[in-house]
Amino acid sequence: MKRKAVTLLLSVVAIVLVLAGCSDSESSNANSDDGNSKTIDFMHLWPEGSSAEHNRIVNEIIEEYESENEGVNVELEVLSNEQYKDKIKVLSTSDELPDVGMTWAAGYMEPYVEGDKYASLDDVVESEELNGQFVSGTTEAFSVDGTSYGLPLELNIATVFYNKAIFEEHGLEAPETNEEFHNVVQTLEENGVTPIALGNKDRWTGSLWYMYYADRIGGSDLLTNAINRETSFEDPALVQAAEEVQTLVDMNTFNDGHNGLSDQEAKSMFMNGQTAMYLIATWDLPNYTTNEDVPQEFRYSVGYFDFPTVDGNGDKNSYVGGPGVGLFVADNSDVKEEAKDFTKFFVQKWGDKSVSEAGVIPATKVDAESLDLPQMYVDVLDDLNNANNLTLFADVQMSSDTAEVHLNQIQALFGGEVTPEEFAKAHEKALSEEE
Amino acid sequence: MNKVMSNKWVIAIYIFPALLLVGVLIFIPLILSAYYGLMEWDGIGDMKFVGLENYITAIQDLKFWDSALHSFLLAVFSTLSLAGYLAVSMILASKIKGADLLRKIYLIPMLLSSVAIAQLWIKVFNPANGMLNRILMAIGFENPPAWLANPDIVLYAIFIPILWQYAGFYILIYYAALKNIPETIIEAARIDGASPLQIAYRIKLPLIKGVVKVTIVLAIVGSLKYFDLIYVMTGGGPNGASEVMASYMYKLAFSTNEFGYGSAVGFLLLIITLIVTVIVRKITADKDEIQY
Repeated sequence: MKRKAVTLLLSVVAIVLVLAGCSDSESSNANSDDGNSKTIDFMHLWPEGSSAEHNRIVNEIIEEYESENEGVNVELEVLSNEQYKDKIKVLSTSDELPDVGMTWAAGYMEPYVEGDKYASLDDVVESEELNGQFVSGTTEAFSVDGTSYGLPLELNIATVFYNKAIFEEHGLEAPETNEEFHNVVQTLEENGVTPIALGNKDRWTGSLWYMYYADRIGGSDLLTNAINRETSFEDPALVQAAEEVQTLVDMNTFNDGHNGLSDQEAKSMFMNGQTAMYLIATWDLPNYTTNEDVPQEFRYSVGYFDFPTVDGNGDKNSYVGGPGVGLFVADNSDVKEEAKDFTKFFVQKWGDKSVSEAGVIPATKVDAESLDLPQMYVDVLDDLNNANNLTLFADVQMSSDTAEVHLNQIQALFGGEVTPEEFAKAHEKALSEEE
Repeated sequence: MNKVMSNKWVIAIYIFPALLLVGVLIFIPLILSAYYGLMEWDGIGDMKFVGLENYITAIQDLKFWDSALHSFLLAVFSTLSLAGYLAVSMILASKIKGADLLRKIYLIPMLLSSVAIAQLWIKVFNPANGMLNRILMAIGFENPPAWLANPDIVLYAIFIPILWQYAGFYILIYYAALKNIPETIIEAARIDGASPLQIAYRIKLPLIKGVVKVTIVLAIVGSLKYFDLIYVMTGGGPNGASEVMASYMYKLAFSTNEFGYGSAVGFLLLIITLIVTVIVRKITADKDEIQY
């Protein structure tokens, strides 16, 4: 009988432990309001391992903020990109978003805004400290119906990076027009050099090529208008852009099996000197300028050129790109004012430090003169100042299910599985179904 | 002990923790996902009840059936490969030299994490620098295929590491079963003049039939809900050529924000797996169980 009692007791203890394990979230929220100390929960996606510089700057900013604001604590949670995306999604379904977190622009954030998860940040964007500080076009990407829900932190444009040593060896120069570009490709191909590295398993990489052709052939607004349903996606220029992509594929421009390779693998081909060109956004600049892990000889031999014009059409100062991540404040945060204040502080400090210390081009204006930057940075910042247009990455502009169609069609286009007409038709169908 | 077990309360208490875990982690999510399947929901905002619409869309969704076909192909291949594993185990169990070491070597892939295996095979399949294509080129193939990029090949290319990954597991199961056969029976057969092939086919195989049936069910069910390597190696691409049911479900729920539809597909996946399991068990059902 005694043994029975012990068993019973042990089982009860076990059950209590199991149940206790299920309810930790309550307790962590409770202590954020006690007394006069406040806690801001902040989640970001730059772990120490993969983004050491970013991580360090974030910690510095938080330290500064905490020392300037007595009684405010910033509680950190750091996850890597994909895990971050999954976790944010799960947290939002249970209404437990962190007070401040990171979000992507446009199509990604729309469901969060429609679900009233993000707080309006108009007052922060228009505040004295930040008004006019953002590069135009960046806050717009984080707005829905004219209201800002995110503060952009990064700005990237895509350009073609090329290996000057390989170009020189074959007597080539950076092309200005599509014809010259075809010549470069042909010469390299005939000499046994793979002209361009492309990792199209990730799909948005191929999308960049298509977007630039659409921009040069159809003008800088056409693709955006087609996505906004102001024009049809079956516009001849958008079909021709797809044809141009397939022309490049038929010329053996890209490395073999690009549809099965990740961007990372393609990048390593370019960085090992196996290919001559690589289209990527400016987040890669450190690899070609300051990153000590990359051999200096290689860094010195990399240059970049703007995407060529096609048949005399196109504005070379029109870029494909966009803001990367931005900060959001949760609408149900119990420390909303403090959280907004923190984001404001963060954006300002980030703008000062990011470019010189982490090589990240911030979405706020940078005074290139006052900083000691590598030449390539100065050039890119210059390009940004002279940019006439910035077209946001297509898969970011589209809603997520249309983006899925777009990305799959991109793979099919590069793989020769669809004709340019079918490519345009599939887009038109997906976009019109959404209306 | 009998006295303790006769008390219904004690039985209940013993069962309760496990029941709670199974309930919370398996049955409740299962019911929830069936329920979410009735909703139009992006996983973030408000839910809207749409009845069976998601299920009807799924049944008419060609992409879903494509991915189902791919899953079934995987099931067929993994079932067929069981014959190979069985043969290997027979050899291992027949007291050859180094059997123990070989068995351990076969088990290594099973111990690696799926992501590590995926990374390994991504490198093997790399079209320009990969081991496989380097070997093919060295022995005279001019244009070896881009394994993971060619939509006609990609699915079969991924099957290779998937089958490789689980080979050790099945070999281990068969090996253990074969070792369980009493030596005397085989001895007797040998004295009666049975050849090794006859012993394998007429004596060993019937005796481990039960285990073989279990492995067939395991292989089929495991294949139908397979996800890991496909997700990491191709993400279902290019253009859906290597999509399986589980990766399609994941994509719907987590990348295209169709949580309701994704849940419906997930529930259909469960039903399909359940039906197939029942059918397989029916087919392999045996009237008279063989005893030693």
